[in-house]
Amino acid sequence: MRGLIEDDYVTDEGEFVINIGPQHPSTHGVLHLKVWLDGETVKKVQPHLGFIHRSIEKMSESLSYRNFIFATSRMDYLAAHINNEACALTVEKGLQLEVPDRAKYIRTILAELTRLQSHLLWWGCTGLDLGAVTPFFYAFREREYIMEIMEETCGARLTQNFMVPGGVMYDIHPNFQKRTKEVLIQIKSKFQEYDNIMTGNVIFENRTKGVGFLSKEDAISYGVTGPTARASGVSCDIRKLIPYSAYDQVQFDEILGTGGDCYARYMIRMHEMKQSVSIIEQLIDNIPEGEFQAKTKNVIKLPKGEFYQRVETPRGELGVFIVSDGAASPYRIKYRSPGFSNLSALPLMAKGGKIGDLVAIMSTIDLVIPDIDR
Amino acid sequence: MKILLTYSFSSLATYIHNLLAELITNSLLLQVTEMVILGVSLIAFLVVLCFFLGYMERKVAAFMEIRLGPNRVGPKGSMQIVADTLKLLLKEGLTPDSADKFLFNLAPVIMVIGSMMVIAPIAFAKDFQLYDINIGVLYVSAVSSLGVIGILMAGWSSNNKYSLLGAMRSGAQIVSYELSVGLSLISIVVLSGSLSLGDIVRSQENGWWIIKGHIPVIISFVIFIIASTAEINRAPFDMAEAEQELTGGFHTEYAGMKFAMFLLSEYINLFVVSAVAATLFLGGWMPFHIGGLDGFNHIMDFIPSSVWFFSKTFLIIFIIMQFRWTFPRLRVDQLLTLEWKYLLPISMVNVILVTVMAIMGWHF
Amino acid sequence: MFLKEYFGTIYKSIKSLLVGMKVTGYYFTHLDEIKTEEYPDNRATLKMFDRFRGEVVMPHDDNNEHRCTGCQACEIACPNGTIKIITKQEILEDGKKKKRIDAFVYHLDLCTMCNLCVVACPSDAIVMAQNFEHSVYDKKQLKKILNQPDSKLMQGVE
Repeated sequence: MRGLIEDDYVTDEGEFVINIGPQHPSTHGVLHLKVWLDGETVKKVQPHLGFIHRSIEKMSESLSYRNFIFATSRMDYLAAHINNEACALTVEKGLQLEVPDRAKYIRTILAELTRLQSHLLWWGCTGLDLGAVTPFFYAFREREYIMEIMEETCGARLTQNFMVPGGVMYDIHPNFQKRTKEVLIQIKSKFQEYDNIMTGNVIFENRTKGVGFLSKEDAISYGVTGPTARASGVSCDIRKLIPYSAYDQVQFDEILGTGGDCYARYMIRMHEMKQSVSIIEQLIDNIPEGEFQAKTKNVIKLPKGEFYQRVETPRGELGVFIVSDGAASPYRIKYRSPGFSNLSALPLMAKGGKIGDLVAIMSTIDLVIPDIDR
Repeated sequence: MKILLTYSFSSLATYIHNLLAELITNSLLLQVTEMVILGVSLIAFLVVLCFFLGYMERKVAAFMEIRLGPNRVGPKGSMQIVADTLKLLLKEGLTPDSADKFLFNLAPVIMVIGSMMVIAPIAFAKDFQLYDINIGVLYVSAVSSLGVIGILMAGWSSNNKYSLLGAMRSGAQIVSYELSVGLSLISIVVLSGSLSLGDIVRSQENGWWIIKGHIPVIISFVIFIIASTAEINRAPFDMAEAEQELTGGFHTEYAGMKFAMFLLSEYINLFVVSAVAATLFLGGWMPFHIGGLDGFNHIMDFIPSSVWFFSKTFLIIFIIMQFRWTFPRLRVDQLLTLEWKYLLPISMVNVILVTVMAIMGWHF
Repeated sequence: MFLKEYFGTIYKSIKSLLVGMKVTGYYFTHLDEIKTEEYPDNRATLKMFDRFRGEVVMPHDDNNEHRCTGCQACEIACPNGTIKIITKQEILEDGKKKKRIDAFVYHLDLCTMCNLCVVACPSDAIVMAQNFEHSVYDKKQLKKILNQPDSKLMQGVE
């Protein structure tokens, strides 16, 4: 870290430095990258953060255990469900609360739908970053179906806040199962089209193959998680390693790649979408009857201690760490967000590439800026 | 009434010429007046054409992207581009403080002039050509590369690093792709034996070159389309703009009317390369003829020549637009790889093939 | 061998590009695939889902009666301080003093539609409405009093 601060504003005579961001089409938000160039070649990249810091962690210290969950929807807004679920799971861990099976199934289905929509949006944005505008609209068409499911059952499209300590807020909507099955059929029929327009395209292959290589050792030492790490061959799927909710009830593969380049990361996510579809298909008809929410006290107080829970978001491992002093609100909350660690490997991956490669790498590690800054 | 019935621009031109000749007796004055009328009508035509191309591009993009496209201003949104132009006209034309003011303001003008000049030798219809220069092909390939001066000028004078990168990219790109464009033009010159665009069109009376010249000409047609897409800086070769990488490339700092001029020149360039491709490979205004079938040929002749020219041109414009809305952008080094490793060697071999074919008379 | 590889690459590239163009070409020729919803024009037919969270409202019945007892559970449950309940003492017919709401102040500009207030309410006095067109010219209009003037507590709700 010291190196970062020292180099910050020092530029030698004749160095060509450009600032990509905070307002730039391909940073997907207010990320600022200081890029040292040698012609078109990237010599060094330095991410500057903090433009969208809202101190969610500090804010949570003044909220009750029921209330702090809603704010996490605003961290990684593409995986609001999974963030909320992680918080709810941590609180349940502290209370040693047994969640009803029905709630577990509903949570898992919703989390996988979230993963699917997040990956769909990522797919569209990757196309957009590489200069193909059209795939973006195809991705959003399918994503809209999932958004409708969310809207019908959870009441909101993006920041659902559907998870409460002990289960889910409401029971599923009567149309939920029917609509979900219809949507899965729709989405499955479109995978071939995605391959036709993007995956097989020779320009796309040239733009991504061998670009932004991240070795397995580097991925581990930088704390990279999620599809980005799995593309380098690191087995790190929390759903598989430490199953939570209903993930121990389903059969699915942890997709591992070996390439470590942009194309491998791309393919991992494409396969993960198919895995998500298969997980939902296994669960959707088998939602057990029963309560959707465990009984909790009106005012939740966690026992004194430290509680940590990790979940797999579409971007990687999200950890929620709660320190409780026995009061009705947390003493300290720390989120280990996947985007922050993944971004830290960006300078390594981008070094020696072209400016176009930098854009491709940024889009394939799937950055969501509010997730990095919190 | 006679003018309307003949479907031909040539009689219209003759009519105007005769009318003016009666009014103005001084021959020099007459010439100047005609030139002014010609220039003004050409610019008006090109501006209207660009409105149409802008509308067409938006609709094509929208339909490919399962959207409706512009649909608010005017019937089916057709006036949207007029509204946008008005907005651009009313916007403040900012010049950055540290920019080279003179070059900064000159660059868009050069780009527009450069692209407008290429129009001159193109035959829009039978016997309707602004200037049938006898080295038409050479003129087209020479003048069409003037645009890069405008881009370099814009990029350099903006005093912006993004602009500079964009301009440098575009310099490398246009200089390389010029070669392929030139070589594929040469293959038609070899076959028709003339540099004049008028003569080239007339040489396709018994069939278009793409049919008469079969495989080698098809190859050079494909190369011409790819290389000229790159030459006019359109996606997937829009290195100089590269929105996701360089925000706006060479025109990052431009706003208002100056930016509109860049757009204007982009669309004129699009029209020009399509028109050149239609003229050289698809017979220009020449109707579709099959040797021997006189009845069929006669029906084809009935369709006015301007309709033939514009339908061919717009077909090629559509293909280039579809390129843009389908493909990702190439990286700058891959762009040069494509040219130097694939397009240039192939077109060199192809020129030899065409020459052998022309000498041996293996074409139809 | 080199030539075979060279032309193989060209063949594969052109094929992959044409496959991509086929997709866009398909949508260009099949305009019934267009998914655009012309929003302000389809207001008449646009129906939001029942659970859609647009804003907090307090339903009143025909007698201008609501179900809010002024227990302030929603005010405590709200993470943003969106809700402010102002109570007053009211003398009932039998002479007893009772706490009743004077104003249920709802700041729409602070609300994140998290639904926690609705869940917290013990007497189902507030619900989420499906209206989502909240734009106003003055920020002050976003501060709303949810109980209607002269409204009373419904009989039997405690």
